[in-house]
Amino acid sequence: MIEFFTLPFMQRALLAGILVGFLASYYGVFVVQRGLGFLGSGLAHAAFGGVALGILLDQEPLIIAVPFTVLVAIGITYVKNKTNLAGDTTIGIFFSVSMALGIIFIFMKRQYTSDAFNYLFGSILAVSLTDVIAPAILILITLVFSPFWKRWAYTSFDRELAQADRIPVQFDDYILSILIAVTIVVSIKVVGIVLIAAFLVIPPAASRLINKSFSRMTVISILFGISTAVIGLWISYYLDIPSGATIILLQAALFFLVMIIKKVYS
Amino acid sequence: MNVVEVKNLSLSYGDINVLESLNFEIPENSFVSIVGPNGAGKTTLMKILLGLIKSYNGEVKIFGKNPGDVDPQLIGYVPQIKTMDRNFPALSIELVASGLIRRWPWSVKGNEKEKSLKALSMVKAEHLALRSITELSGGELQRVCLARSIVRNPKLVVLDEPATGIDAIGEADLYNLLEAYQKNSSATILMITHDWHVAHHHSDYVLLLNRKQVSFGHPEVALSENNLRMAFGHIGHEHKIRST
Repeated sequence: MIEFFTLPFMQRALLAGILVGFLASYYGVFVVQRGLGFLGSGLAHAAFGGVALGILLDQEPLIIAVPFTVLVAIGITYVKNKTNLAGDTTIGIFFSVSMALGIIFIFMKRQYTSDAFNYLFGSILAVSLTDVIAPAILILITLVFSPFWKRWAYTSFDRELAQADRIPVQFDDYILSILIAVTIVVSIKVVGIVLIAAFLVIPPAASRLINKSFSRMTVISILFGISTAVIGLWISYYLDIPSGATIILLQAALFFLVMIIKKVYS
Repeated sequence: MNVVEVKNLSLSYGDINVLESLNFEIPENSFVSIVGPNGAGKTTLMKILLGLIKSYNGEVKIFGKNPGDVDPQLIGYVPQIKTMDRNFPALSIELVASGLIRRWPWSVKGNEKEKSLKALSMVKAEHLALRSITELSGGELQRVCLARSIVRNPKLVVLDEPATGIDAIGEADLYNLLEAYQKNSSATILMITHDWHVAHHHSDYVLLLNRKQVSFGHPEVALSENNLRMAFGHIGHEHKIRST
């Protein structure tokens, strides 16, 4: 047990897990409440395009993936706001283009890239100091933007009501999309591109089952996100299985447990 | 003083005229209904008045200002409950407090709590304060939404089809509450409805609309049989306004 906390790579993974658990489950409440589950999936796959470009250019993939995914998030929000296309159609277009670009970038590398697998499925062994610093910076940015919680929540409840009260809903949509995009990018080392969308959805969904108030839903979602990240990392270390998949399975187990407990007590 | 002034208001989307040459004025402390069939442009007109649609031809003034420049604190808006996310995790008191702070509250305490409870008691819904909105009936939610709109003491209350999704008793209660609020606050009430009987019974003025302005004036005049026929194409089985 002590060994788990003393190994430097585990310390980095734990720190990254706590930070990412906070971020994904905080922004996840808006993803769940606005029915944007597919946005998380789309942006995660878009991040693959950015990561692949970073690998191709021999640059730190995160540094390329952040602006790449943010651009895709802005593109999705712009097209969604300016056309009458359904949100999932717009996401589907950007998602497949980014994924296709990622495949071509990896192919152009023309050598075996084990790194790509770490990003696809997550790896606690691969968590570097950058992967801890990046979510820490994003948490600071999230604190700066904390007054936006009240605006995003208001718009999530009724967009027209928020507009009538002069909330700049389109501007707020861009800010939220960008912050979700960056959250996804900084989470992929721990959880992996393939599973990050679930990280955004399951803790808030479990929290939604037992909370009647959006603020309480947010707090409990964060607690679920952090605790499942820490316990999941610990299990993945001892069983020597992939960290991202372990965390997601643990979150899913928590979701069903909450659902059963709620059913029994109601 | 006029609360709303509309001069030559028109709006088209491509070749489709959604609104054509509307001209009317709404005096303060009046109860006004905008009546028309589905697709008549009622909701579009309401969105213009609320500043949600900014691109149109003609002149619209609310409290003497362009709709987008009006202090939102002066207007209480009750949207159709069917457009809301009724699965949103919210207590009734939080929904009411959102009308006060024009944001979603993290928690409702102190002055905000006091004012929200007072607004709920004005619509006889104080007992619903700590109930989740997902557990409310249509009529109960409509009362909470009304409390949300009046919690800021607005000078103009705008209601979009407030009877949609509520039963006859709930509907009658709602109109009584609205009339009581208007008497006590001297606010102007602007209600969208397709039910001309309700409009006739409760309104001081009626705007009858079917993309074009069919009539505007006191209900007896505005809702004449001929005007109703022009607006609705027919007036159903009941040819005359029910005696109220």
